[in-house]
Amino acid sequence: MKAIVNIYLKEGVLDPQGKAVHHALGSLGFREVEDVRVGKQIILKLRDGLSDQEAKEEVEQMCEKLLANTVIEDYDIELVR
Amino acid sequence: MNVAIIRFPGTNCEFDTQYAFERLGAKTQIVWHKEEELPKKCDLVVLPGGFSYGDYLRSGAIARFSPIMKAVGEFAKKGGYVLGICNGFQILLESHLLPGAMKRNENLHFISKFQYIKVIDNDNKFLSATNKGDILNIPIAHAEGNYYVEQNRLKRMYDQGQVILQYCDAQGAYDNPNGSVDAIAGIANETKNVFGLMPHPERACEGVLRSEDGLRMLEGFFH
Repeated sequence: MKAIVNIYLKEGVLDPQGKAVHHALGSLGFREVEDVRVGKQIILKLRDGLSDQEAKEEVEQMCEKLLANTVIEDYDIELVR
Repeated sequence: MNVAIIRFPGTNCEFDTQYAFERLGAKTQIVWHKEEELPKKCDLVVLPGGFSYGDYLRSGAIARFSPIMKAVGEFAKKGGYVLGICNGFQILLESHLLPGAMKRNENLHFISKFQYIKVIDNDNKFLSATNKGDILNIPIAHAEGNYYVEQNRLKRMYDQGQVILQYCDAQGAYDNPNGSVDAIAGIANETKNVFGLMPHPERACEGVLRSEDGLRMLEGFFH
């Protein structure tokens, strides 16, 4: 099983990278973009035999402890079998 | 005065830091991050600048789990003095020994230059040798120094004298090189024994380096 973790700066926390990318898209003529948030994706390969529930709880712990800084970042977890 | 300087893989300011503290008459010891205990005689722990663990994931995020950090946390809880400079500051934030977090600089550049900073609060050991309002000229060198803390917490920090340094220009007027909330350059914890700042006082410790202002800051720990 794989866990795909997406990490973004929280809404309301100014994202300097997102702002720069937004600006660059604008100068390339892509006017339909209203906002850009740049995040990161971490893909974890988990051992077989874990239930979805167990996997989700474990990965949540990983996010809280290390993968995300919850002072400024939100995360979401997607499990793929 | 015994200073323990912690070295992580990727730390690169440990010798400058050692040099500056020894100029002030301290005995220093560089401590490898895999150690589980601090030296028995230790009045101050310094987490120096650098790029611990290559800044992977987030600056300081991995160093925070080094074995020595447990001892540093306990030392701080008992009231021991801890100073984090640049990457050391980032490690203290990730360890939750200081409030807030760092983001990429607003202009996304690595900024390396002399920068004026102003003493906002000197009612603490670290800045006790400076005066409120003093303007100091100290190098900065970082890509992730854009300090963030949410507004309610920030207000409490002002009330408790935890906002200790702000960036400014030569006259003391507002200047913000990296986008930090309120141009904050350095903070303290609530109990005023843990300090973090992005500027490098150890790089301004003799005239040939263009400024001795850094010594005036570090001197506080000797009073």
